[in-house]
Amino acid sequence: MEDTNNILDFFSLTDPNIRYVVIGSVLLTASSAIIGCFTFLRKRALIGDAIAHSVLPGVCLSFILAGTKNPLILLIGAFITGFISVYLMDFITRNSRIKQDTAIGLLLSVFFGIGILLLTFIQHSGDASQSGLDSFLFGKAASLVAEDLMVFGTAGIILIVTIILLYKEFTLISFDENYARTIGLPVRTFEFILTVLTVLAVVIGIQAVGIVLMSAMLITPAAAARFWTNKLSLMIILAAVLGALSGISGAYISYLSPAMPTGPWIVLIISAIAIFSFMAAPGKGIIARLVLQRNHRHQILEENILKVLFHMGEKEKNYFNKWSIQDIIRKRRMASAQLSTGLNRLRNEGYVEKENNTWRLTQEGKEKGQRITRIHRLWEMYLTEYLRIAPDHVHEDAETMEHIITPEIEARLEEQLKYPSKDPHDETIPYRE
Amino acid sequence: MNIQVENPIVEIHDLTVSYSRKPVLWGIDLTIPSGSLVGIIGPNGAGKSTILKTTMGLIPVSSGYIKLFGKDLDEVRDKVSYVPQRESVDWDFPASVMDVVLMGRYNRLGLFKRPRNADKDVAMECLQKVGMEAFVKRQISQLSGGQQQRVFLARALAQDADLYFMDEPFAGVDAATEAAIIKLLREMTAKGKTVIVVHHDLQSAVDYFNWILLLNMRLVASGPTDKVFTQQLLQETYGGKLTLLSKVGDLLEKEQFPTRE
Ligand SMILES: Nc1ncnc2c1ncn2[C@@H]1O[C@H](COP(=O)(O)OP(=O)(O)OP(=O)(O)O)[C@@H](O)[C@H]1O
Ligand SMILES: [Mg+2]
Repeated sequence: MEDTNNILDFFSLTDPNIRYVVIGSVLLTASSAIIGCFTFLRKRALIGDAIAHSVLPGVCLSFILAGTKNPLILLIGAFITGFISVYLMDFITRNSRIKQDTAIGLLLSVFFGIGILLLTFIQHSGDASQSGLDSFLFGKAASLVAEDLMVFGTAGIILIVTIILLYKEFTLISFDENYARTIGLPVRTFEFILTVLTVLAVVIGIQAVGIVLMSAMLITPAAAARFWTNKLSLMIILAAVLGALSGISGAYISYLSPAMPTGPWIVLIISAIAIFSFMAAPGKGIIARLVLQRNHRHQILEENILKVLFHMGEKEKNYFNKWSIQDIIRKRRMASAQLSTGLNRLRNEGYVEKENNTWRLTQEGKEKGQRITRIHRLWEMYLTEYLRIAPDHVHEDAETMEHIITPEIEARLEEQLKYPSKDPHDETIPYRE
Repeated sequence: MNIQVENPIVEIHDLTVSYSRKPVLWGIDLTIPSGSLVGIIGPNGAGKSTILKTTMGLIPVSSGYIKLFGKDLDEVRDKVSYVPQRESVDWDFPASVMDVVLMGRYNRLGLFKRPRNADKDVAMECLQKVGMEAFVKRQISQLSGGQQQRVFLARALAQDADLYFMDEPFAGVDAATEAAIIKLLREMTAKGKTVIVVHHDLQSAVDYFNWILLLNMRLVASGPTDKVFTQQLLQETYGGKLTLLSKVGDLLEKEQFPTRE
């Protein structure tokens, strides 16, 4: 009972403090997810990490200099050191043989090291107002207040509006930077704007998830969204929604138990969403692929059974003869357990009937078995006639093709081959009456 | 053999290009007449892609200059179009064929503007020209290599330029499509456009192009096909590596010497 009360309290947003927390975490996580789509597509995943870590010395320095925890001042400090690190990284990769990943590792540890040093210094200075600065490390969405919200809200809105306005240009430089240059687009300027936005998103995002996990917040929603869509605009919206979802859940958890760090929960939730997407997304996900493979296996088994029954009927000149499982296995070797499940499925679909442990084709089953046989023999014909493959080499290939060929291709095969009556092995090709 | 023309559409003067101080093109000097279908021919690593990229301003020159329409590239960008090698981008990007072709219209659209219906009509027309109209909605990662190449071509056509630079537009394209594209390029040059193509097949080069550049780190020859396409000049282009040139280049790279004072 208490649980439902908690949920109601939290999600009805009547308490202004909760309102700040919810709106704040949605803004923070959604804006980093949106800009993260471009970071992800430009394969700059590590840059988010570098920026996030180099923000710490900026936060500490501005606290030391200004002596307050005013979010705007901390944000400016964070922004400056974050930006310096990106600039240095660019400078190093441009002017030396050091590759980008090495430069990132280098800067990340130096900046973060200085940051931790400053943080320790502040914590030991005895200044009472410093408490809470260390929440930058792991994030603390649950402690957001109205003042923070104004600052982050403004930053978030600037970010979203800029992306909407420059969507076309950002897309182009993410897909084909060189081409963008050749049509005279000031690529450096747009890259600069993207970097500014990324730093901005990181600086406000670390309020929710903290420095250490910030790069996950940038990249994971984009990676998860990518599984569900092939459309960039949709991907961005979806990433924002997934990011926001994890933001709210994280905030809720830290509302329930204030001792919990928010950031790790948010990241855990978005990671779970990403893993779920990886498994379950239609078409690209693992489950979709497994299901497709299973369906194919079933289809092949069922069609093979119908074909065997048709062949046996062909021989006996009675398609509706009753056969036992052993009869079928004698004709074509299959595992009997597999065969019975296949037969049962076929019975459910109305292609065979069962009568005291014997099986017989229905009219529809006969038609279908006939079609498979027909395609098999037509394809053998096609291979020998058009590709000049020896008749004793065509059976294997036809075994596969008989399950794939569509009615349209079938019609064209018949037309091209001019309705032959016999296949290369001198078996009659059974046409529809 | 280096035939110079009056009022060239492309003029390259004493051009040297280097990657981290190591020159890969040495002292290129050439002119190309307007309205020609030009083939750039040379072995792997000859600097064919490099000369196109430099012309398009993607790689800085170490010395010398390039003039298009007698002007600097920046003044005539709207009249110039570039088809990169298709390996230069990641085709797993979430975009449809239409999205990519529409990029060819961006320079006309300007900032903040979305493609209009008229732009989509142009894009569709260009897709028809390269025989890809059936694929408009297709996700680009689901295209074959040759189809990707044709999408890039359509994007360049959508720019409606007067001068085209194409880096191996026939790589991975089937024979029928190659013939269709060459027909298209011929129609374009008949209308006064100039098309410059990096090409690998010597056999077809004679038929396709009316002007040929033979390149192997330096310019071996530039001129009308019948004058340039000789056994001796081809031998000079393909026969043997220019060991001395690359040795000196390596030296410049190692010592970090400026190519020109
Ligand atoms: N980014 C780069 N950094 C350093 N060297 C490079 C770079 N790109 C090309 N090169 C070198 O420059 C030379 C010319 O390369 P380029 O790509 O222009 O050759 P190409 O004629 O287009 O060859 P291909 O037929 O293989 O496409 C080569 O020796 C290559 O190794
Ligand atoms: Mg090349």
